[in-house]
Amino acid sequence: MTGKTLFEKVWERNLVRDEAPDSPAILHVGLHLIHEVTSPQAFQVLAERGLKVRRPDLTLATIDHSVPTLPADTEGRLPYATPAAENQVATLRTNCSVHGIELLDLDDPRRGIVHMVGPELGRTHPGSVVVCGDSHTSTHGAFGALAFGIGTTEVGHVLASQALFQRKPKTLRVMFKGETAPGVTAKDMALAVIARLGMDGGTGYVLEYAGDAVRALSMEGRMTLCNLSIEAGARAGMVAPDETTFDYLRGRPGVPDDWQAAVASWSELYSDHDAAFDHEITIDAAAIAPMVTYGVSPHEAVPVTAQVPDATDANASAALDYMGLAGGADLSAIAVNRVFVGSCTNGRIEDMRQVADLLRGKRVADHVRMLVVPGSAAVKQQAEDEGLDKIFLQAGAEWREPGCSMCIAMNGDKGDPGEVVVSTSNRNFRGRQGEGVRTILASPSTAAASAVVGRLADPRSIEVTA
Amino acid sequence: MKPFGQVTSKTVAVPTTNVDTDQIIPARFLTTTDRDGLGDAAFRDWRFDQDGNSLDHPINAINPDTHAILVAGDNFGCGSSREHAAWALDAFGVRAVISTSFGDIFKSNALKNGLLPVEVDEATLDLLMKEPNRELTIDLEEEEIRFGNHVVAFATEPFARRCLLQGSDPLTVLLDAVPDIETFEREHGRAS
Ligand code: SF4
Repeated sequence: MTGKTLFEKVWERNLVRDEAPDSPAILHVGLHLIHEVTSPQAFQVLAERGLKVRRPDLTLATIDHSVPTLPADTEGRLPYATPAAENQVATLRTNCSVHGIELLDLDDPRRGIVHMVGPELGRTHPGSVVVCGDSHTSTHGAFGALAFGIGTTEVGHVLASQALFQRKPKTLRVMFKGETAPGVTAKDMALAVIARLGMDGGTGYVLEYAGDAVRALSMEGRMTLCNLSIEAGARAGMVAPDETTFDYLRGRPGVPDDWQAAVASWSELYSDHDAAFDHEITIDAAAIAPMVTYGVSPHEAVPVTAQVPDATDANASAALDYMGLAGGADLSAIAVNRVFVGSCTNGRIEDMRQVADLLRGKRVADHVRMLVVPGSAAVKQQAEDEGLDKIFLQAGAEWREPGCSMCIAMNGDKGDPGEVVVSTSNRNFRGRQGEGVRTILASPSTAAASAVVGRLADPRSIEVTA
Repeated sequence: MKPFGQVTSKTVAVPTTNVDTDQIIPARFLTTTDRDGLGDAAFRDWRFDQDGNSLDHPINAINPDTHAILVAGDNFGCGSSREHAAWALDAFGVRAVISTSFGDIFKSNALKNGLLPVEVDEATLDLLMKEPNRELTIDLEEEEIRFGNHVVAFATEPFARRCLLQGSDPLTVLLDAVPDIETFEREHGRAS
């Protein structure tokens, strides 16, 4: 008998009812995260049907997408982009209070981007199913959870039942061979995977990231890696839990009461040596360089030291047109207008530290506007405790309140048409950071290096002052 | 749920690949708390420039009465999980989208909103791309599309198909399973 994959073990642990030809499986949801953008219509359905939230205790709400990252004015009013954005936040507040759901409100020191708060509070558990009306829910897979994004109708399903219809996906192992070179981050590993798989190479699969280079990553790095799984079409990405995972979770408020038993049970979550995957790819970790995107989809990524690839079809040349780039041009010649550091991809403390390392004692180039937005209030506090905010401010960057900010540009933080933005977020889609904005995805180090140089820059070329 | 049996209409062809849900509905329209009224936001930045002037784009031909079938390049609906994309397409007048592949979450969302994602092989898509504005019938009962003397089979997840044909709501079926969910929670130490 062949062994089981990590995914299969987690799937089985949460299976209420197995799938049949004419009906999908029913999975139990261990943690349902909600936010202001994709939940109001789900609560509406509950109201229309007279339904209650079945397990408010397994539901956690936060406010992240629509909130301003600028502080309140002297009268305490936040500078919302539109009245609709403010109304959306108020609607979530009402829905949470009606249904008894814990809400991390704007003044809560635990608030943050939805994929930051689950792990920070110890609510994301290995071996459980985590869902949220947000495609980057895959982030939580870093803990060995099966975590994926759902639509609003399904948000309603989970609110009403704490379960979900689901067809069993296929498995794909991404095996990193060897160690990454200095200056290469989890973001670069992720972009290398997406470039390799293509934008839909992961569709229908759950990815498992494995190999020494993954084991060597901190939880922050693993979250970055899993976060980007969706950009290759995969709904979920997973890393088998280990001591790094348990060390991160130990002592956090939301972990199980019986810690010993929990760790014993979580320790069984790994792919057996003889487990069979539906597909497997191998990536040479040592060959990965700092990666940047040049097109309008995350898979259009190459090493920062490379040239813009020539367009091979109409779609690729439309992408280059949008970006204002020509095939064969040096990426390092691209002038940068803005730099954004933040998001659920790279808004964690480790990311802030990497940026601070590159900005310490330096100035952001005169023509560049740099925004640093912590992913959560906890990250903001930690960064300030370490004095990182001072480094950002002294370098001429802005230091903001936590939120999604320019990752989705629906709170008023955005670029102007035609601007080039180097961003640590996850999507370089047309218009994602503002109408006509040209986004280049990169790691925090590459973003910071580019801010200093004023052009797209290799972080390894910048001298770091201690 | 909005049922889907069959639709006969003309096609609108957009060869762009990887049409992400940010293109289908830009994020600035996501501050709504309703499902309705998103038709104007559909493909907004393809249809209008930054000053609100109309742009020339094949997508403008969509019309619920005459041109309700969108033929799109590979991997349609990738990216964000926003169900607003399905709501916007529906309100804009699209009844079905034909492509070689779809973003996972978009497909799941579309099926829950009476909007049919139809997966065909590359040769069929090429044929439909080359000749837009062609009348065809999409028949979910038979799981085939018919045009000229072509009949092309497609597959839809059986449970979603049944719900669409009957116009029945999957939530009702899920709620019927609550006793099993309760048993599961008791047996796995997850009761509240
Ligand atoms: S930071 Fe970006 S990707 Fe993450 S939850 Fe917010 S909008 Fe979504």
